[in-house]
Amino acid sequence: MESPGPATPRNESRGIDASALLAFAIRFIGVAAATYLGLLAVTFFIGRVIPIDPVLAVLGDRAPASVVERTRREMGLDLPLVQQFYLYLKSVLAGDFGRSVLTTNPVMDDIRRVFPATIELATLGTLIGSVLGIPLGVLAAVKRNSIADQIVRVVGLIGYSVPIFWLGLLSLLLFYAKLQWVGFPGRIDVAYEYSFVPLTGFYLVDAAAQRQWEVFYDVLRHILLPASLLGYVSLAYVSRMTRSFVLNELTQEYIVAARAKGLSEARIIWRHALRNAAVPLVTVVALSYAGLLEGSVLTETVFSWPGIGLYITNSLQNADMNAVLGGTVVIGSVFIAINLISDLLYRLLDPRTNAQ
Amino acid sequence: MSTTNSSTMALREWLVSERPLSRWQASLGRFYVKWRDFAANKLAMVGLFIIISLLFIACFADLLATHSPVVGDLKSARLLPPSPEYWFGTDDLGRDIYSRVIYGSRITLFVVVLVALTAAPIGLVIGTLAGYSAGWIDAVLMRITDIFLAFPKLVLALAFVAALGPGIENAVLAIAITSWPPYARLARAETLAVRNFDYIKAVELIGASPFRIVLRHIMPMCLSSLIVRVTLDMAGIILTAAGLGFVGLGAQPPLPEWGAMIASGRRFILDQWWVAAAPGLAILIVSLGFNLLGDGLRDALDPRSSDQ
Repeated sequence: MESPGPATPRNESRGIDASALLAFAIRFIGVAAATYLGLLAVTFFIGRVIPIDPVLAVLGDRAPASVVERTRREMGLDLPLVQQFYLYLKSVLAGDFGRSVLTTNPVMDDIRRVFPATIELATLGTLIGSVLGIPLGVLAAVKRNSIADQIVRVVGLIGYSVPIFWLGLLSLLLFYAKLQWVGFPGRIDVAYEYSFVPLTGFYLVDAAAQRQWEVFYDVLRHILLPASLLGYVSLAYVSRMTRSFVLNELTQEYIVAARAKGLSEARIIWRHALRNAAVPLVTVVALSYAGLLEGSVLTETVFSWPGIGLYITNSLQNADMNAVLGGTVVIGSVFIAINLISDLLYRLLDPRTNAQ
Repeated sequence: MSTTNSSTMALREWLVSERPLSRWQASLGRFYVKWRDFAANKLAMVGLFIIISLLFIACFADLLATHSPVVGDLKSARLLPPSPEYWFGTDDLGRDIYSRVIYGSRITLFVVVLVALTAAPIGLVIGTLAGYSAGWIDAVLMRITDIFLAFPKLVLALAFVAALGPGIENAVLAIAITSWPPYARLARAETLAVRNFDYIKAVELIGASPFRIVLRHIMPMCLSSLIVRVTLDMAGIILTAAGLGFVGLGAQPPLPEWGAMIASGRRFILDQWWVAAAPGLAILIVSLGFNLLGDGLRDALDPRSSDQ
């Protein structure tokens, strides 16, 4: 964005800052709006244009002709495509994705019920991945080309290459069936399912808030394995990026200066190098969080975790397109929001980009 | 002995010659230098070995398989553990899992090659076009690319296949639709880097059409980084395809697709673990192979971005 610099000689810096900030805000809102519009256009395309006959998809092929005709009109399929898209936009913005054929509830109600489970799982996964991944990445960068570096690299590469649903199955075999360390299936044991009243839908938080430590322990036993698996995927990405950021910082001159000053190596790495690497790392952690929200689809299927991923795959198997598209829009919206926010954070945190 | 030694020496001399006498010698020499860098990287060689083995297995599946991949022995061979007769055991329909894994390599290759052949050219065309034409065409194309880049790939692919109907071709289509944007970004960046070079100015002066310039003079410059990126993405493509197969949207029975095989082994995981174990291991090894190969290629072809 160009700033009208020469036109405002007095009060120079403040004037430019404000107008640059405004231009940035307008641009940001424009990008966000375009991206969301794109998401809705694609889901509209998937739901209404690709199926040869959406009415057939809803009613099945045995409905009488009069019902088919009525439904076609009710769904607005006799209208021009542009108008259909407008109606679709209106209903989605109002939070209306239609009814699920499978559960007969409005899709939005279903999603509201299952989404906290996914958020809880992905959040814990990201926590595990970052808490382990960042130190491992730093270690790999500092001891570059050592055995430790090679091990971190191979562990990361396997994380990039392993089908998570397969690893989930094998870990169930080991930790649930053989060692009996973890609970399965779902989020909580049947014994507590009816006595425990969740408030927020985040079971760990709810159990802790109600001081039901027995329930808390049971919930922890259930969430630990799927969250660790997602954490591993996140670790693979976070450690690799951390290594590359820290390596990049370690070649900078300020590190040489810090060494010349006689600072301890630990202080140089943790206080100086990592601090500068932290800005891009925030973006990496945010992106990995978004990736886990999406990646939970397959993990939830394996662990019968009642989140949005399991909801989508169950609906898929029952050709319940309203539910599939509703879930896609919700995951897509959160995904895009995280992308945009991490972009924004990067610009705000890095003084060099200074709202350009 | 000494003659072969001196002749290889001469060959090497000829390859790394500073003054190649023909275009052919120059490109061979360049290839040799890159290959030397690449071959020094042990992990990359492991990756190359895995991928060559995959090609070999897919080619000679008929000879390597010991049983039919689709017809099983329902009467006497259901869910048998690994044995000399059935190396990886048998599944619930009495089919030999080893033979199914061997034939599954063909499906994996099919998916990977088809996605690479559709997504990469789409990205290449959009990226070079945007980069060379600049102005509003660039703005519009890149806006669209960014929008697609911000979408969740797996979930979108799921929704696409759900609408198109399950099947391996639709899975390929869905993956291709969601995976071209990074290639477009990459191709655009490369185009911006070369478009102001003198040789482009020279062909412009000669009067070459923009179409010809993009096709003959810009696209070739994008290829090496594009190949690296595609190789690195192969693992992700394989995992997505296997994931689609796992939820029942990819290859349909009785095709021996690895993801679908894991799904069919899911019911028996606690007692007959081998049904799901072998296909998952196959996916892991092949994805790892592509990742190692991609890393090595990047280090050899693009030294700037190594260690990233």
